[in-house]
Amino acid sequence: MNLGISALDYIEAIKNGEFTVEEFVSETFDQIKKVDGKLHAYLSLNDKALDQAKELDKKRKAKEKIGSCMGMPIAIKDNICVKGAKTTCASKMLEKYTAPFDATVIARLRKQDALFIGKTNLDEFAMGTTTEFSVYGPSKNPWNQEYVPGGSSGGSAVAVSALESVVSLGSDTGGSVRNPASFCSIVGLKPTYGLVSRYGLISYANSIEQIGPMARTVKDTAFLLNVISGIDPNDNTTIDNHGEDYLKNIDSGIDGKKIGIISEMVGKGTDNTVSSATKKALAKFEDLGAKCEEIPIDMVDYSVASYYTITSTEAGSNLARYDNLRYGFDFDLEGYEFNSYISKARRSFGPEVTRRLIIGGFVPSAGHAGKYFLKALKVKSRLTKEINAAFKKVDFLVAPTVPILPFKFGEKLDDPVAMFLIDFNTVTANLTGKPAISVPFEISNGLPIGIQIIADSMQEKSLFQAAYALESTTNLPKVPL
Amino acid sequence: MTKIGLEIHCQLTKLESKLFCSCKADYRGFEPNTNICPVCVGLPGSLPRLNKKAIEKATVIAMALNCQTPQKIAFFRKNYFYPDLPKNFQITQLNIYGPTSIGQEGKISVEGKEIQIRRIQLEEDPGRLIYEGSSERTQITLVDYNRAGTPLVEIVTEPDFENPKQVRLFLNILSDLLENLGVSDPSLEGAMRADANVSIEGGSKVEIKNINSFYDLEKALHFELTRQQSLAERKIEIIQETRHWDDKRKITISARSKEEEEDYRYFLEGDIPWVKIDSKTVERLKEGMPESISSKKIRYENYGIPTQVADILSSEKYFSDFFQKYLDYSNLVINKKLGVPNNFNEIEEFDKKYHSFAKEGANIITTDLMGLLDNKEKRNASKLTAEHLSDLVNAILENKITRHSSKTVLQTMVKTGKPISEIISEFALEQVSDDAILSTMIDEVIKEESKAVEEAKLNPEAINYLVGKVMKKTKGQADPTLTLNLLKKKIS
Ligand SMILES: [Zn+2]
Repeated sequence: MNLGISALDYIEAIKNGEFTVEEFVSETFDQIKKVDGKLHAYLSLNDKALDQAKELDKKRKAKEKIGSCMGMPIAIKDNICVKGAKTTCASKMLEKYTAPFDATVIARLRKQDALFIGKTNLDEFAMGTTTEFSVYGPSKNPWNQEYVPGGSSGGSAVAVSALESVVSLGSDTGGSVRNPASFCSIVGLKPTYGLVSRYGLISYANSIEQIGPMARTVKDTAFLLNVISGIDPNDNTTIDNHGEDYLKNIDSGIDGKKIGIISEMVGKGTDNTVSSATKKALAKFEDLGAKCEEIPIDMVDYSVASYYTITSTEAGSNLARYDNLRYGFDFDLEGYEFNSYISKARRSFGPEVTRRLIIGGFVPSAGHAGKYFLKALKVKSRLTKEINAAFKKVDFLVAPTVPILPFKFGEKLDDPVAMFLIDFNTVTANLTGKPAISVPFEISNGLPIGIQIIADSMQEKSLFQAAYALESTTNLPKVPL
Repeated sequence: MTKIGLEIHCQLTKLESKLFCSCKADYRGFEPNTNICPVCVGLPGSLPRLNKKAIEKATVIAMALNCQTPQKIAFFRKNYFYPDLPKNFQITQLNIYGPTSIGQEGKISVEGKEIQIRRIQLEEDPGRLIYEGSSERTQITLVDYNRAGTPLVEIVTEPDFENPKQVRLFLNILSDLLENLGVSDPSLEGAMRADANVSIEGGSKVEIKNINSFYDLEKALHFELTRQQSLAERKIEIIQETRHWDDKRKITISARSKEEEEDYRYFLEGDIPWVKIDSKTVERLKEGMPESISSKKIRYENYGIPTQVADILSSEKYFSDFFQKYLDYSNLVINKKLGVPNNFNEIEEFDKKYHSFAKEGANIITTDLMGLLDNKEKRNASKLTAEHLSDLVNAILENKITRHSSKTVLQTMVKTGKPISEIISEFALEQVSDDAILSTMIDEVIKEESKAVEEAKLNPEAINYLVGKVMKKTKGQADPTLTLNLLKKKIS
């Protein structure tokens, strides 16, 4: 049995009776047993998955209709609520927290009979780009275990890459889906803000983040988006996509399309190998009939500063609820005065979260907001204007997903600013609400490089067409497990 | 000059659900922490779901207070840590990015003095803290989140009040107004709360918080004014600060300075997109607004109801609603009696009849019924219908019973809900207007009161004493006009 098949192939195989759901799920768990001790993609596993698989097989045997996912294994980032499952955000703060309700995306997947294999590792509360800030220890890159898998949805990327699941869900606040997708050589999409319900996604920076599908192929990613997208009464920020089918006409190609290369994202700071891979990708686009031109977007230079100011401010507010009064970890609150209890309980956040909470307490505070937070909002709105203007001229914007290659553990851990710059090419899509996808393009000296394509709001359909066209030009090696 | 400003919090208790979830807006009567859900206790991953009805009710309040209502409103987060606040921030409104709260710059007149409303905002109520334990050392604090997320409208006034009496009058008018709009029941405990700011000539502004009732508010204002005046007399500077009202000792106490430095780090609530309130919606809400207290009052006066009676009746929603039902029913009764009027004279006759029904009904409601139904339990238990009252007034106007015995009938109706005919025969209340019976009674009185009769012959005023005696003999059922005429005849 090939655990590395695509989701769509899996569904076909089940339909054709090539194997049962139980057989596939059981083998998936064998694979997890084999590799996850080293790779650490998962924080917890669904011990009912095999029973659920058997149940689906029974239904199929009885000719009962089952959902379009046909028991497809999916791994869920551990900041998305799955009813009855531990949801920790890789934090001590939620060590003992079991979600009492399904996120909207989970409910939709459940309805289509996807099988939840387990909850995946992440940087604490999704703050980080390596999973090194997980309180449960980092995940490892299957391409080379001395290297980080990217983050914060590192576990979700590793699970798909290392055949521990067919697809997965991550969340993307500043690149957290695209970055690990690029580092682990899989596809990852950050949808238009509002296209996918955030109900049940534990907020970090709620005004810019989205849940995103992660998969082995562009088609699988589109299929997953079909299932999870659309308006949701539980999330007032969602947009009606009128049941769009993102798979339809995905192979239309990009002949005659215009592509803009964001100058700031291919300039200094970009690794040479990454630069030349990007050039190759652009040549491929031209071969496919697209026209490429360079487009400067001035505000990109300020995007990371704006991003960290805004996300820290929102994190400071979103994470304020973790006072351990109503849920959390074992800590006896009796005998404490409220304020001293709170500061004691909240010392359980890890270093990166604490750093951002401190920033988040400062930048929007009275007397400083004008210098930092309000300025960051100004950058955000100017950047959006510039990007909107660019989309008047071109259909897509392209850049390497990450300006550098995957790096070794600990390499940037003590240099928060260097860590922040890893996000340089990804935060723009979040700040402007645009959809962006990372497509695996090259393996250089055994390390993956992904290319990022950004489209205008709600243009996921044409974004997938471009991504699919690029994907079709590649022939990448299998992960060396 | 004394300046007092108010921040009034009013719960929209008449709404079905909370501001951001479907839990009950009126949390009263629930076991602690049972009127809650993932949204209102802010569980990880939950998101607020805006209750559009709350926006409409709050807009109606804004319009009733003559405020400007913006075309787009926004919500903000007010960030602070407190155990009654499940998310450790409150979703509220603010005008730092332009006028985006539900209403601004309104006014309301209090006995000729205009009080300016600075703004009205919609926000969520926190939960409730319950303190247990006898001493500070053994004290424990319990948290009940049933109230968390209840829709709250905050009304902020300019410091336009000159004394506590104006404040009291304003609050009476405001709570009548809110009740009349059908948005809130101000009589529910905690449904209306107020903070105040107070300053005297030459002194800084002092905020008073933690006042639990309007009754205490007046006390707190008096205390604070006296405190500030005595400081001024002794030439001690009045500093700008926040003071808490101590419910037990009935004094205000300086809050710790830490609290004053609190920085709420306000920013836009990204989970709730801006809400457009288009002119169509505003029109629809305006049309749906109930008749205001002042226009009710004018209408009542046009029926010939005395100003004082009209005043009392229009400001009590329960009774003015009942009065309206009574008028509608009486309208049908008069139509039946007189036929539908179709010329000027008939219209005039109809109006005359209608007005006498209105006057008599208003009179009975304000003098008798308000006393009989002076609390919610009694109102809920009352069996009196608008039809009952109309029958009763009809009987009075047709001289079937006296005003005196109408009290007994009303009481019985409230208690039993029996029809008027049954009550009259049960209590033998039919008015004595039979000449023969009355004549015998009067003869008896003349015999018994010979001295008074002599007096009455000399002084016509004294005859009233004899009318009273006849009334007493007939237990109030004698027709007073008839009795007077008969007496006059017999004496002369
Ligand atoms: Zn609720």
